Amino acid sequence: MRLSSKTTTLLALAALIALAPLFFPSSYYFRVGSLIFVNGLAVTGLVVLTGYAGQISLGHAGFVGIGAYACALAPVHLGLNPIAAAVVGAALSGGIAWLVGRPILRLKGYYLAVASLGFGALVSMVLANEAQVTGGPDGMTVPDPGLRALLKSAGLDLSNSAFWYAFSGIVLVIGAWLALNLYHSPTGRALRALHGSEVAARTVGVDVAGFKLRAFVISAFYASLSGSLLALQNKFITPDVAGYMHSIELVTMTVLGGAGSVLGAICGAMILTTLPQVLTVFQEYEQVMLGLVMMLVMIFMRDGLLPSLSRKIRGRGK
Amino acid sequence: MPELMQFLLSGVTVGAVYALVALGFTIIYNASDVVNFAQGEFVMLGGMFTVFAFEAGLPLPLAALLAIIATAAIGVALNKLAIEPARGAPVVSLIIITIGASILIRGLTQIAFDKQLHRFPAFSGDAPIQIVGATMLPQSLWVIAGALAIFVGLWLFFTRTLTGRAVLATANNRIAAQLVGINTKYVMTLSFALSAAIGALAGVLVTPITLTGYDIGIALALKGFAAAMLGGMGNPKGALVGGLLLGVIEALTAGYLSSQYKDAAAFVIILAVLFAMPQGLFGRQSTDRV
Amino acid sequence: MRLHTTTTALGTLALVLGLAAPAIADIRIGATLSETGPAAFLGDPEAKTLKLLVDEINAAGGVLGEKIELIVYDDGGDPNKARTFATRLVEDDEVVAVIGGTTTGTSMAILQVFEDAEIPFISLAGAIEIIDPVRPYTFKTPHTDRMACAKIFADMKARGLTKIGMISGSDGFGASMHKQCLQIVGDYGIEVLADETYGPSDADMTPQLTNIKGKEGVQAVLNAGFGQGPAIVTRNYQQLAVGLPLYQSHGVASDGFIELAGASAAEGIRLPGTALLVAKLLPDNDPQRPLVTAYKASFEAATGKPVSTFGGYAHDALRILVDALNRAGKAEPQAIRDAIEATSGLVGTTGTVTMSAENHLGLDLSAFRMLEIKDGGWKLVE
Repeated sequence: MRLSSKTTTLLALAALIALAPLFFPSSYYFRVGSLIFVNGLAVTGLVVLTGYAGQISLGHAGFVGIGAYACALAPVHLGLNPIAAAVVGAALSGGIAWLVGRPILRLKGYYLAVASLGFGALVSMVLANEAQVTGGPDGMTVPDPGLRALLKSAGLDLSNSAFWYAFSGIVLVIGAWLALNLYHSPTGRALRALHGSEVAARTVGVDVAGFKLRAFVISAFYASLSGSLLALQNKFITPDVAGYMHSIELVTMTVLGGAGSVLGAICGAMILTTLPQVLTVFQEYEQVMLGLVMMLVMIFMRDGLLPSLSRKIRGRGK
Repeated sequence: MPELMQFLLSGVTVGAVYALVALGFTIIYNASDVVNFAQGEFVMLGGMFTVFAFEAGLPLPLAALLAIIATAAIGVALNKLAIEPARGAPVVSLIIITIGASILIRGLTQIAFDKQLHRFPAFSGDAPIQIVGATMLPQSLWVIAGALAIFVGLWLFFTRTLTGRAVLATANNRIAAQLVGINTKYVMTLSFALSAAIGALAGVLVTPITLTGYDIGIALALKGFAAAMLGGMGNPKGALVGGLLLGVIEALTAGYLSSQYKDAAAFVIILAVLFAMPQGLFGRQSTDRV
Repeated sequence: MRLHTTTTALGTLALVLGLAAPAIADIRIGATLSETGPAAFLGDPEAKTLKLLVDEINAAGGVLGEKIELIVYDDGGDPNKARTFATRLVEDDEVVAVIGGTTTGTSMAILQVFEDAEIPFISLAGAIEIIDPVRPYTFKTPHTDRMACAKIFADMKARGLTKIGMISGSDGFGASMHKQCLQIVGDYGIEVLADETYGPSDADMTPQLTNIKGKEGVQAVLNAGFGQGPAIVTRNYQQLAVGLPLYQSHGVASDGFIELAGASAAEGIRLPGTALLVAKLLPDNDPQRPLVTAYKASFEAATGKPVSTFGGYAHDALRILVDALNRAGKAEPQAIRDAIEATSGLVGTTGTVTMSAENHLGLDLSAFRMLEIKDGGWKLVE
């Protein structure tokens, strides 16, 4: 039996997530792992937007912020369970993306980049300025969803880090599965067609604006859920998650790993999340090394780490 | 009325700073379609080099000149070591390279110099100039004059000189440019040198007003980028008008509406302009190649 | 070249995976500080101070006969990163105590990690929320922002200034102080007539100051902020010839501020500061004098930069910790925590610290000094 590349990708991802803890010397590694999954979820959304549909966004941290603050605010003001709040946040992000996406996505290239950047900046400004509601730059606490306690009463006692590792890992695998399914669906084909050439796609009857909007909304869902996951496991959130730097970071992860493939982008998330942890050995040279690594990867592996590597390996196999 | 005048003077001062940064983006963009996210770092380097050369005892004009030359050299190095080897990579990969370069330059600066804030004296003293009941510092005039001078220089360069047209031709179609005998490698090197020099000059002019430090480049690049896009990327006129407009909008919002949301107002207006004019105020119309 | 890179990478990997044997028997103290990023202005002197003092302590024979091993991580001011480093310090580095959280945001984001792990944590950030309500393992060294506000308002009241304008940075420091000042301003019979903000990287604040100046009845202006903002506010203040008394916050209490703002623009500014800035002006019998003079001398000799209040916070945190270690007699988190809570009469740069189960700060207003800038230097206001 031959497995499809989709199934292999998902199996590899799931196996990696499940088996990695066997090699963890301390539970700090669970923390890094779960951060990789949280970022991985957001970049999976960006693969749909950037890799499939070819649209750039420098404002997706805005949706991360909406998702994060939904988990902090909805339980207080609406009495929702934080998990339900994450769903509400995703719906809200999707709705906002649908509204904002219409005009923004008419723009191309850098103009789209600066418009999305403006959107992200507006979200982070509101979060930082409306201190009575959001606690301002000092941030606010996020209530515990009680899932861990639930598992404990069912007889499964996980440490905080281990629980969020497992939870984020499962969410990521589901997210990756959906994104991979999308790739082979008619929507995915339409997105790739308009990525190649909007004019050509339009002439064969693809509703270019509609499909771009769909990709934007989908990627907003992913970003929002990633923000919610982050808020839930940190139990504390500040407007930094919605900031410009975080948007840039997400785009960099996507491109560094390989925007065209889900696994590649998750690889990128892994590299950029682990790198600051690894580079602490360089002390004050940390920033220098980070910049160098980014430049070297892009110079020598211009399509991103994973696609370039797999091409090289395949080339050698011949 | 003096309030309005004060808001306008403030807006023009800040706007000239944005315009100077925005002008720096245009050349590299015109030569390669790449928005150089390390442009803010050139501005920072111009200021920092001048501060340390000045503190080492050099006269200010000489320190500034050295800073501009040193920064231009760094621009050339960036092109030779990072952009040229990545020739043919997708534009988004080139952008990540420039983001990496900006992190690298910041990292090196904080080690080579320090993480403190610095300034050097204003060129013509600090005695405020009175204009219709409002005031302005003499250094603001230097910044405004600098922005205008660079704008005129760039405009002449792109329209009146062969090299400037070669830059535009390279951006338009590299292969065609090579066919007509343009040395595209040279054009790229030249654009990085010029962009870096303009950035450094901006840094020299604005430091007495904004102060400088190893990480001021991020915020400056962000505002400069927004200003350049508002005006239309690649067009010196767009950079100048975009920068000034952005500064004035911010100052008027801070003055009349809310200082908390002045940056928000700026972005709302950018979004509104782009929705109406998707290429910015003065951007060139692009056509899709099929 | 490539080989070299590979070996470096492998070496790094080995270090990270903990394959390198950990040093034994040293007392491990962790820190997560904002050495870079928007709060580097605070975090950088803090990190330098800790490294400097630990070297001094080790050179003098260490604590309890053992050397201190200091592990400092740079969180870049990002609360999420700080949380990861906090987890790393607890789970991987197995430290016995942690200093840090340069900003309120990072401190609030990480304190639960230490509460859960039952490891003492001394924050270097301003907000009162860090120690109120009291959490068993969380302490802090700086005066709260609320105390800075109180000191300023008391001085205003004494000068008969009851109607003021405020201009605050929109960053964490400015916003936090702004909030806490507004909470207590009424207690002093002072009214805030104009309330403006500016962004941390803004280049010109004349519109905001024009509005404050134009407000009928404003008698004084308070600027809550740190970094370049207050220097630009001060210069614009002179440019507009506002002419009212200007108060700055403890966020700018360093010689660098006078240099950036210019001595003539800064003339007459008042701000609450610690004894550190006025070491030379203190009376000979002042208990803080020898300590702040010594710290100022060694910091300035080692770094070539003027001391700031923030480095002083880190200095005090380490001192409290070392004092607690000595009294506890063993490097165990629980014993250290109990000893920190029992700190009594310990002299630091911020004042004399006496903690209790209800008070995990242990400072009062008395050690906060109202300073005035005069002729490019500092003067104590009596």
